[in-house]
Amino acid sequence: MTKVIVSNQKHPLDTYLRTDRLPHIWCPGCGIGAVLHAFLRALLDSGVDLKKVALVSGIGCTGRVAGYVRLDSFHTTHGRALPFATGLKIANPELKLVVFSGDGDLIAIGGNHFIHAARRNIDMTVICVNNFNYGMTGGQLGPTTPLTGRTTTTMRGNIEEPFNIPYLAAAAGAVYIARWTTAHIHSLEHSIGEALAKKGFSLVEAISPCPTYYGRMNKQPTGLDQIRYFRYNSIVRHGIDPRLVGIEANGQIVVGKFVDIERPYIPGATGSGNGRTT
Amino acid sequence: MSQPRHLAGEFFLSGDEACAEGAINAGCRFFAGYPITPATEIAERMSERLPEVGGTYIQMEDELASMAAVLGASWGGVKAMTATSGPGFSLMMENIGLGAMTETPCVVVDIQRAGPSTGLPTLTGQGDMLQARWGSHGCYSIIALSPDSPQELYDLTIKAFNLSEQFRVPVLIMSEAATGHMYERVVIKSVEELELLPRRKPNVPPEEYLPYQPDDDLVPAMASAGEGYGFHTTGLTHDERGYPAMSVEAQDRLIRRLVDKIEKNKDAIIELEEDGTENAEVIVCSYGISARISQMAVQMARDEGMKVGILRLITVWPFPDERIRGLAQTARAFVVPEINYGQIVREVERCAGGKRTVLVPHMGGTVHNPHTIFEAIRQAVK
Ligand code: SF4
Repeated sequence: MTKVIVSNQKHPLDTYLRTDRLPHIWCPGCGIGAVLHAFLRALLDSGVDLKKVALVSGIGCTGRVAGYVRLDSFHTTHGRALPFATGLKIANPELKLVVFSGDGDLIAIGGNHFIHAARRNIDMTVICVNNFNYGMTGGQLGPTTPLTGRTTTTMRGNIEEPFNIPYLAAAAGAVYIARWTTAHIHSLEHSIGEALAKKGFSLVEAISPCPTYYGRMNKQPTGLDQIRYFRYNSIVRHGIDPRLVGIEANGQIVVGKFVDIERPYIPGATGSGNGRTT
Repeated sequence: MSQPRHLAGEFFLSGDEACAEGAINAGCRFFAGYPITPATEIAERMSERLPEVGGTYIQMEDELASMAAVLGASWGGVKAMTATSGPGFSLMMENIGLGAMTETPCVVVDIQRAGPSTGLPTLTGQGDMLQARWGSHGCYSIIALSPDSPQELYDLTIKAFNLSEQFRVPVLIMSEAATGHMYERVVIKSVEELELLPRRKPNVPPEEYLPYQPDDDLVPAMASAGEGYGFHTTGLTHDERGYPAMSVEAQDRLIRRLVDKIEKNKDAIIELEEDGTENAEVIVCSYGISARISQMAVQMARDEGMKVGILRLITVWPFPDERIRGLAQTARAFVVPEINYGQIVREVERCAGGKRTVLVPHMGGTVHNPHTIFEAIRQAVK
């Protein structure tokens, strides 16, 4: 017999969540909640006025984050969180812009917007939860699925080279790039904090389990199996050339802070956009 | 820059330029766009003018991004606009749907060229008129205006911003290359003389604010990001709190309201121009540049003693069903010239109560020859 213990204690982060919307839709063992937890702690730690924070998501399992945070939050169209956030930030440069979305949303359907937002160096923090597949639609091939990875649309194994997200972001001009997994929650929180403090386009990639689909189809059927894989196959390499951090099926995951540079950003201190003069 | 912040007086402007000046005077302070013929001049003028009035121009990577950025800017509390033509209009449909669903005020200008696909990029067309109404998936209503001159591109751009704020909906300006590239005298009133509608802001404290609780006219008040309301908005079906609500009842309530707030406020939205429609045997019903060409044909017909009236649709969507039903009581036939193979004619026919409805099509590239319209009128009178 399983004994269900219902706690009526308030979680310290409840104040920052739309508790009237809980329980959330995420599966047991999913990593998105852990990334959200790290984000909220980093945000509270940052001292930013929460009334001035706007969180924008696209579509997908991670896209649902916007619906759970007690912030001005926007659940937009698939792939378009970044240009939406670009307009929002330029309209009100006082806002702290956070885009929280998945790898499919940001890197496949939103890939063009991703490279251009990084190129323009729009002042925002992007948290990209990468779980190697499309969870919301039932586990299909994503832009990050490792070679040979099984998904419901690559049952014989993926034959396409995946995107290495930090390398893509670095090539496009992001000024801050870090990657952690959900087995590195404290480091993840620390990097999100640094990203929030950074001026310009900052990216934190959070490698996360999707036990329901990617894990189950690739011999890591529980969240714990995936966390174990992350834990024992990750290696910290701060400052490593992002070209070298691609991920192979069941291979090593390089984590750390890869890029931290300065570059003019939009909206700049003197105004925003092209030729804004007042 | 020696140019004043806001223009006032008489100017010789193209339709595209007049549209940009209308936007500036309406208070538009954000433009996101992507170059496309024949709408590029609007972007160019906005990139020049917006910095002079404290606004921002940003050139996006495509029209998907332009439309998304316009919505984002609107939620940042700024009046926002984009301008495009057929291929870009197709790409904008996705986020026009998000704008309709999240009730985001903004203005989208389509300087139509002949399509489909790349079509005749530099030449005129009116083939996007039904896409304007139905182009994004699902069920919603929208407002679309059709100017017939550079002057009206100026005037209707201001009206479009007002309507978008009043009804919290993307408002489309459906012009065409012929008008966008036409140079004419444009009279610009000083900003002080304009009646500009402000955004409808919530008048309750944040704890009591329900972002999608409508007022009596079915339109809810809108907070902007950063004002402390801590609201959520989503393209999912949602309840009055703005929270996703995956039920038949929530869908029914929301979609009815999104459509009804436009359709039930038609009287406040629709603007028409009529000339000689009472006792007319034939009514020419047209819009945009085609209405202007039709005037010549109507004059030719009148010169030959025919009783012809003209009904110009300044507002195309929502469609003026009632007015056309009314005219169908007395008129024998409707003649509908348009630069496509029959779009708005379907609407006229729907309301014409069985009266003859004659399409005068033109596949695009130029405007109609007025003689073709005149011939159609003559046939209709018989
Ligand atoms: S499908 Fe995968 S990513 Fe989506 S909630 Fe479930 S575990 Fe998480």
